Amino acid sequence: MASATLPAALSPALLEQPAVRVLSEALGENLLAATDFRGEIAITVERKAWYKAVSLLRDHPELEFKLFLDLCGVDFFDREDQPERFAVVLHLYSVSKKRHVRLRTPVPESDPKVQTIIPLFKGANWFEREAWDMYGIVFDGHPNLIRLLTHDAFVGHPLRKDYPQGQRHVLKEPRKWLLQVPPESEHMIVNLGPSHPAMHGCFRVQTLLDGEIVRDAEAEIGYMHRNFEKMAEARTYWQVIPYTDRLNYCSSFMNGHGWALAVEKLLGVQAPARAEAVRVILSEFSRIMDHFVCISTNVVDLGAITPFFVVFRGREKIYELLESCCGARLTVSYVRIGGLAQDVPDDFVPRCRETLEFVMDAFKQMDELLTRNIIFNNRFRDIGVLSKEDALSYGWAGPCLRGSGVETDVRRDAPYSGYDQYDFDVPVGTTGDCYDRYLVRIEEIRQSARIIRQALDKLPAGPVIVDDRKVALPPKSEVYGNIESLMNHFKLVYDGILPPAGEVYGATEGANGELGYYIVSDGGKHPYRLKVRPPCYNNYQAYPEMLKGGQIADAIAIIGGLNVIAGELDR
Amino acid sequence: MATRIVTVDRNTRPGVGPILLGMWITLRNMLQTLFQRKGATIQYPEENRPVSTRYRGIHILTVRQDGSPKCVACYMCATVCPAECIYIEAGERPEKSIEKYPTRFEIDLLRCVYCGFCVDACPEEAIIMSRENNLVGTTRAELVIDRDRLMSRAETAEHGAGYRPDEHDVRRPVRLAALDRLSKEHGIVPGMPKR
Ligand code: SF4
Ligand code: SF4
Repeated sequence: MASATLPAALSPALLEQPAVRVLSEALGENLLAATDFRGEIAITVERKAWYKAVSLLRDHPELEFKLFLDLCGVDFFDREDQPERFAVVLHLYSVSKKRHVRLRTPVPESDPKVQTIIPLFKGANWFEREAWDMYGIVFDGHPNLIRLLTHDAFVGHPLRKDYPQGQRHVLKEPRKWLLQVPPESEHMIVNLGPSHPAMHGCFRVQTLLDGEIVRDAEAEIGYMHRNFEKMAEARTYWQVIPYTDRLNYCSSFMNGHGWALAVEKLLGVQAPARAEAVRVILSEFSRIMDHFVCISTNVVDLGAITPFFVVFRGREKIYELLESCCGARLTVSYVRIGGLAQDVPDDFVPRCRETLEFVMDAFKQMDELLTRNIIFNNRFRDIGVLSKEDALSYGWAGPCLRGSGVETDVRRDAPYSGYDQYDFDVPVGTTGDCYDRYLVRIEEIRQSARIIRQALDKLPAGPVIVDDRKVALPPKSEVYGNIESLMNHFKLVYDGILPPAGEVYGATEGANGELGYYIVSDGGKHPYRLKVRPPCYNNYQAYPEMLKGGQIADAIAIIGGLNVIAGELDR
Repeated sequence: MATRIVTVDRNTRPGVGPILLGMWITLRNMLQTLFQRKGATIQYPEENRPVSTRYRGIHILTVRQDGSPKCVACYMCATVCPAECIYIEAGERPEKSIEKYPTRFEIDLLRCVYCGFCVDACPEEAIIMSRENNLVGTTRAELVIDRDRLMSRAETAEHGAGYRPDEHDVRRPVRLAALDRLSKEHGIVPGMPKR
């Protein structure tokens, strides 16, 4: 009975996917297409069924896609194969079923409107604003559809393919009020940021204070926006690597790792075992480093400077390790699509062990200084509580999400780079306050050290980059030595990597949560569309909400634990 | 393998011990710095931090035996550069085996992001990087460095070479044979500065 209304194109294999089956039964004709590319299910629905489809995905007991990941627009300006010019694309994740899903809807240029899904997912708020900002797609029912990453004097929608580049839009008057102040109110408005030493970057929160109590708060971001995604559309897949270093710059290696994996997924290639193991080792070192920065700067804001100096020595060692591998400390650019730029130096393994020992020693001191510290405990316990449901609805990520008690970790649920070969624990919290987030990070550092030790013990030998001339440059010896390799080399440099047409969403567990790269490829040398799912964007979005009703001093304690990195937040 | 979910233990019995420990750490570090000179900092610029032999600093254009640039003006580096900061103009050389060379070769070091892609893309090992990182100038124009300055950097052994094609190349024997042939047939000796 149900199958009579199905679109003819749906194959039986696709119908076995619960998401496709449920949606096709409920929506009938309004389900336009479903595809399975590289193991990712993508479902396209009619615009009028958008809200219904999203709510089904979230609430149907067989699906339970409760974790909001990402929402973005796409402009298919010159693509004949697409029904309409724009599309809105949503990514969701089901923690219980460990599945991703992508829901798309075509949006015509003449009437670029979609219903908002904020009632279903609180996290959609900023993402819809961003889609409006970048593409001019209007979300019906959105409470506050104003510029988010660009500014009020900006003209046009920069990610549209026909946006004339190279213009300057100068903002003379910053947005003064983010909040509505009730008339004759005795309340005081206080701006935290944009350049406040405790704000960990350039972003602003406006608070409405009643004495010490925050009654209302609103955030403004975009001060460091450079439209990485637009730049990527004019770069080859290879050239995007240095740009990824500048997303979360506290753990830049992990961004490149995620990018390489996403492109490898699109290409269908697999990096050699040695490259993957080295990636894991350096990623875990980066995670330790990122957690060090997060925790120690957080307590610096509260007045404790000793842990900061203690762990920054350890961080320095990790930077030196990275430098010995790739020649740069911060902007590592060490990964390549299909592997690594160069093999690690000869003394890599002993050096890693030595570094790890030093780092864990610093970590031990920090742990002793903080975990049982009475002042620290009083400042951190039971503030900034976010419930499990809210964390999912905001699309929180990583240690923050786990701090609220959600049992998920990309490394465990969808292992990449051979994470399934290592033993490690995934710590989760119980109350979702600042102290839980801190404890989760502390435990993650221990687990990262465990992973590194295991990976060092069985670091495989062999090449560090795929032997595929369409993906990786041939070895220099051959370029110097024979004409075929020289031609391969020329072709790859000039034409770039040419992936098949298609869409992938590559997710990795970044230091502050699930870092996703959504790539739309049309088969050309540049990504047709690249969307980053920045974990701290979602974390920060909940921040104004968490402040309400609390003390202004707690605002500073909370922000550090969210680990908001401006490079990633504003992209 | 086994991945477990563990719940963090919030029952940490807070006390004043860690505060005293913090003071002890501070005192100990102060004493060590004062009497044993065990500080973590260095006195830059008198002292420099040693950097690895793969360091990605200011570029070097390598030279042939006769002192001319090894570069054959193939534009690969300029093509691959994500910051679009390499500018090349090509001229002809009389020798049959080489044909082209750069009459102009400029790198805008203020735009460069020191990714090292130009080194990877060069088919001649004509551009490599040095370990030099103190980039200072009083004007912008000064930091757009030209061919001759890029070449003369090869002689400044002060910092040494940094990032360049991998010596760990898995097919190193092939490479050595190729280099040997290059020097025999074309008179090109890979004049790399010593590491
Ligand atoms: S290091 Fe990177 S940015 Fe600098 S010139 Fe070379 S390719 Fe361009
Ligand atoms: S430096 Fe190398 S890549 Fe650049 S133009 Fe010269 S030979 Fe070609």
